[in-house]
Amino acid sequence: MQAHRRILLRVGVLAGIALAGGPLVILAQPKPRIIPIRAQKFTYEPAELTLKMDEPVIFQLTTADVVMGFSVPDFKVRGTIIPGQVTEVAMTPNKVGEFIFLCDVFCGSGHENMEGTMRVVA
Amino acid sequence: MKNPVDRREFLKLAGLGGAVLVSGCASTIGGANASAGDDFYFVQLSDSHWGFEGPAVNPDAQGTLKKAIAAVNGLARQPDFVMFTGDLTHTTDDPKERRRRLAEFRDIIGALKVKDVHFMPGEHDASLDNGKAFKEFFGPTHYTFDHKGVHFIVVDNVSDPTAAIGDEQLQWLQADLSSQPRDARIVVFTHRPLFDLYPQWDWATRDGDRAIALLQTHENVTVFYGHIHQENHFMTGSIAHHSAKGLMFALPVAGSQPKRLPIPWDAGAPYRGLGFREVDAERAPVRYAVTERPVA
Repeated sequence: MQAHRRILLRVGVLAGIALAGGPLVILAQPKPRIIPIRAQKFTYEPAELTLKMDEPVIFQLTTADVVMGFSVPDFKVRGTIIPGQVTEVAMTPNKVGEFIFLCDVFCGSGHENMEGTMRVVA
Repeated sequence: MKNPVDRREFLKLAGLGGAVLVSGCASTIGGANASAGDDFYFVQLSDSHWGFEGPAVNPDAQGTLKKAIAAVNGLARQPDFVMFTGDLTHTTDDPKERRRRLAEFRDIIGALKVKDVHFMPGEHDASLDNGKAFKEFFGPTHYTFDHKGVHFIVVDNVSDPTAAIGDEQLQWLQADLSSQPRDARIVVFTHRPLFDLYPQWDWATRDGDRAIALLQTHENVTVFYGHIHQENHFMTGSIAHHSAKGLMFALPVAGSQPKRLPIPWDAGAPYRGLGFREVDAERAPVRYAVTERPVA
């Protein structure tokens, strides 16, 4: 059987490869949007995010002082932010609504108020 | 060996009410191996957050713990022991202040008539120094003890600031459980919930599912915890999980409001939402397994 290859490249990042009965289909998704977030006792900057449904993003996380966490429980996504390093966390929201992101590494006396809001729109 | 007596479920959770300062929660722990005469009860205290200041949520921050101690001392029949399930103190970034608060807390608790008192840390006590200061005052953060036929296991899910129990402690837990009969009466104390109660408010343990899987190998396991400053009763398989009220401020029901902010003080109902718990450990009721057999 002669393979038929069809390549779909929209923006340039390959996101998935599907093999179905011979034909090779290479699907592509938009390049993830980079969202820098800086943590410091006891805030995130920015603390309010707006994402689009199905839009892949990469959070580039840094901390100004101590080890912090970045957790979005509704999407089961999290990362640990180490001083002096950039932590990248990828996420593609698959539901709309308003969600909490929070620090899940106990970081000091204001830890429990360290959170932000993530709004996902259609 | 199959035990002819069915495992006794956690039977009753009835608010005692009536008291100005404290309402309580009477619970029973049953088990197949209990023998006559081993009924007892203990008191669970939790989340006193000594050192907290916030008149809007508790204008009696200096007095509430002492009132709770007085209330326990005033019980007609004294408990066999008292268990304090963490957040003895409110967190501070200053190690000296942390120790000062722990010392004051220890002095206040010293007024209990009951001298058999067990402690464990909450994240406010232990997460900023991996439990170092807590250990100086109260010893190990995870341990076991036995009392009148019940095996108690204290699991530390706060000394790691990521809210994990960790591989080493989980191995210790597994080894301890392996020494217990499958139908042993087991009570587990933790600070955080072992299950994902509401991770959006950090009400979870990162590797709590691994602990639950280990505990699930035994038939009579009950978990008591603190952290969420309110009663919550939840089952994972056959394991009952019961959170306790706090002794400084109450917190809202998970997800009932956008932010996890303490419930404001109600001058019309002072101390509402605060309290302690009595837990009755009763021997299993006598039951008979009946099998009808034909003549031939």
